[in-house]
This record gives sequence, C-alpha cells and structure tokens, in this order.
Amino acid sequence: MDVANAFSAAFGLIFGLDPQFMQIVGLSLRVTLAAVLLAALIGMPLGALLAIARFPGRSAVIVVVNGLMGLPPVVAGLMVFLLLSRSGALGGLGLLFTPTAMIVAQTLLVLPIVIALTRSTIEELWREYREHLTSLGMTGLRAVPTLLWDGRFALATGLLAGFGRASAEVGAVLIVGGNIAGHTRTMTTSIALETSKGDLPLALGLGVVLMALTVAINAAAYGASRAGARFAG
Amino acid sequence: MTALRDIASILPLRVEGLSFEAEGKRLLDAVSFTIPRGGVTAVIGPNGAGKSLALRLCHGLLAPSAGGVRWRQAPGGGASGRHAMVFQRPVMLRRSALGNILHAVKAAGGPQPAARAVVALERFGLDALAHRPARLMSGGEQQRLAIARAWALAPELMFLDEPSSHLDPGATRQIEEIVASLAAEGMTIVMTTHDLGQARRLAARILFLNRGRLVEDAPAAAFFSRPATAEARSFIAGELLW
Repeated sequence: MDVANAFSAAFGLIFGLDPQFMQIVGLSLRVTLAAVLLAALIGMPLGALLAIARFPGRSAVIVVVNGLMGLPPVVAGLMVFLLLSRSGALGGLGLLFTPTAMIVAQTLLVLPIVIALTRSTIEELWREYREHLTSLGMTGLRAVPTLLWDGRFALATGLLAGFGRASAEVGAVLIVGGNIAGHTRTMTTSIALETSKGDLPLALGLGVVLMALTVAINAAAYGASRAGARFAG
Repeated sequence: MTALRDIASILPLRVEGLSFEAEGKRLLDAVSFTIPRGGVTAVIGPNGAGKSLALRLCHGLLAPSAGGVRWRQAPGGGASGRHAMVFQRPVMLRRSALGNILHAVKAAGGPQPAARAVVALERFGLDALAHRPARLMSGGEQQRLAIARAWALAPELMFLDEPSSHLDPGATRQIEEIVASLAAEGMTIVMTTHDLGQARRLAARILFLNRGRLVEDAPAAAFFSRPATAEARSFIAGELLW
C-alpha cells in the first residue's frame, strides 16, 4: 500500500468514526485528562505551598521538582511498574496493565510540571500581594486560594503544557498499560505498534488526530495567555 | 451605636520605644508617640527617614526589634483588626474593581459582603467601573479603589502610605478631598507624605522623622510656622538632610 492510499484510508477511519479507532482515541483522552486532573488537584496546592513556605532545604526541593519536569516517560513507567507489579508495594491491588495504572504513570509525569509552574507563578504573585493579603489577615494557607485564583490564566497554561506532555508520551503507558488491544491501547502506543506491523492507515489516522490535538492545546494556551493579558493586565 | 464604638474603640494607639533593625542597621530608633481618636496625622521626613517603616510596624506587617505598638483594645488579627492600610503602589488583585472590594470584605467576614462592596464603590464614585479589571484602571482610579477597599472594612483608623506620590495633580487633589472627607466623618488617619504642601493642607498634627528618629511631634500650624529644631527648619526650607 503506498502512502497516498494510506492517507485516504486514514481519513476514512477518522471521518467514518471507525469503532476501534474511536475506542483508542477515547481511551487516550480519558487517561490523559484524568492524569492532568489528578496532577492539578495534587500539584497546584503543593506548588502554592512551596511558593510561600520557607523551610530548610526548600531550594533543593525546587531544583528537584524542576529537574523532574524532564523525567523520561519510560523511567516514570518503570517506577510505576515496579510499584504495581506482583512483588511491588501495591502489587496486591492488581492494577498493572489497566487504564488506572496508565493514569497513575501519567500523573507522575504531569505532576512536576504542574508543581513547578504553579510555584513560579504563585511566588511572583505572592511577592506582589504579600503586604495586602497580610493586611487582610490572609497569611500562610489562607492566602493560597486567592493566589491560585489570581494566577488562573498562567496556571491554565501550565495544565495545558502538562496535557501536551502526557498525550504525546509513549513510554510510560506502554510499560504499565501493556498495549492490550481494546483495553489499554492508546494513540501513541498504537502508532508505534501499527507502524511496525505495517498497518499505516490506522497509524496515520491516529497521528493526524494527535497532531490536531497538539494544535488545539497550543491554541487554548495562547487563548488563555491572551485572556489573561486582557483581563489581568 | 456611638456608645458601642466608644467601648470597643481601639484608640488611642500608643507607640513606645519602637525600633526596627535590619542587617545590623537601626532603621527606626526608639520612636514613641500616641495617636488619639480623630484627625489627620502626617508622618513626614526625608527619604529613608523610616516613615513607611513606622506605618508598617503600627499596622502589624512587621515585628519591631524593640519597643511596641499598643492599641487600647487588642484589635485582633488581620482585617478584623479595625485598622486598615493603603499602600503607596496600590496592590490590585487580578479581578474587577468590585471583585477587589468583595475579596477584602469577605476576608474580614460579617454579613452581606456583596451589599457592602457595592456601597463602597458608590461612596467613592467607582460604581460605573465596577466590572472593569482593576489592573487596567488609571493610577488615580486604582488608588481610589484601594481606599474604597480599605474603607469597606469599616476601620477606625486608616494608614495611608504616600497615597498620591505617583499621581498627577488632578488625581492627587481627588485623593486629598477623599482623605479630608474621611477625617470629617470621624475616621482617624495616619499618613506619610513627602509633599509638604499636602501635609499642610490635610494634617492637624505632624510627626517629623529623620534618620529613624522622631525629631518633632507638633501641631501642624506650629510645626510649619516655628519648627523647634534645626533639622525641621532645614527640611521645611527644602535642604537635604543627611
């Protein structure tokens, strides 16, 4: 099959809403969205706390978190694999090779991005707001909701960056998900598998969707920063 | 209501031996004064005299190295503290004008925050700007909003740190009118200013600081017509003090 035919077959899959195809896209979105949501719930308060708390070793924590933004997905996958494998600490839960395991692995990938970007955003806001909020009696933890809300546009950009990273990675979901057809097969793992098998239409179709998703994420990030500039000045 | 206020008043404020050190330097040195109820007190002096520092210590944003700040009634912490502060550069949250006031009112607690926020906007002629993002307002509007926000907390005393230093003459006049009307309504005002004309126009009493020490504490008329010290004389004459 030549490339031109592969493309037309790929678009056939996309616009024909092929069930197998839609299932893969749906699982990818479900896993990545859940991971980003979890990372936001855990990472934003932690990042805000790291921004305003002063404790020994704070600089070291910041450096480590910043470093973890570059955590290789396969390493994150390996860590979760060891944790969830039969002999691992959480092996008894039987989560290995399930979408849940994939969510955990991707959360691990997104979390450092969310913490680091929240920390830098909130630290800057806190520098500006500290005296006013202290004057209102909002110190320490009481200041966090205000700071998170006022940093909402920058934080949204951070979450979109996390979404971009998680939706594009292969290594982590492949290791802990196992790329099981109809169960843990995502867009990225399918592309890797189908390409090596020679099923170009499916790989290409998924590639097109993945690219469109990336463009959409960047458009949303751009929109968030524009809205932030217009509203927050 | 007046009687209730009387019992609960946090004034007079007694400042005794107030000192502040940073990095081995004594920035404020054993300053003592009393702020009774009512009137405008201007804290003046050259740059680095410790004016803003004194206000921050009184408001509780900083802890003194020695000495202390005593309110007649312990005002409690934060916004419930019955004294509010407006900063030289107004801190504008990334919200609308109304949102800024609402945030402060909610922090202070109490009934009907939304209604109180709207009243504050109206009182300072900002109701037309209620939904404008605060950070996109002009400097004068921002300073008025900052004062409205402090006023919405119903403080007994308001600290104003150089409230018009970055404003044009028109906006400065507006701010001065606001300060005068607040004082006329019975609010106690303690403000710093580097503008001697403003101190003359607004203040009944002058605290003159120089290099961290309180050099003069006098009624404004007396201070400007017959300053007691050489330092005050040369400051009024516009000489640089070192």
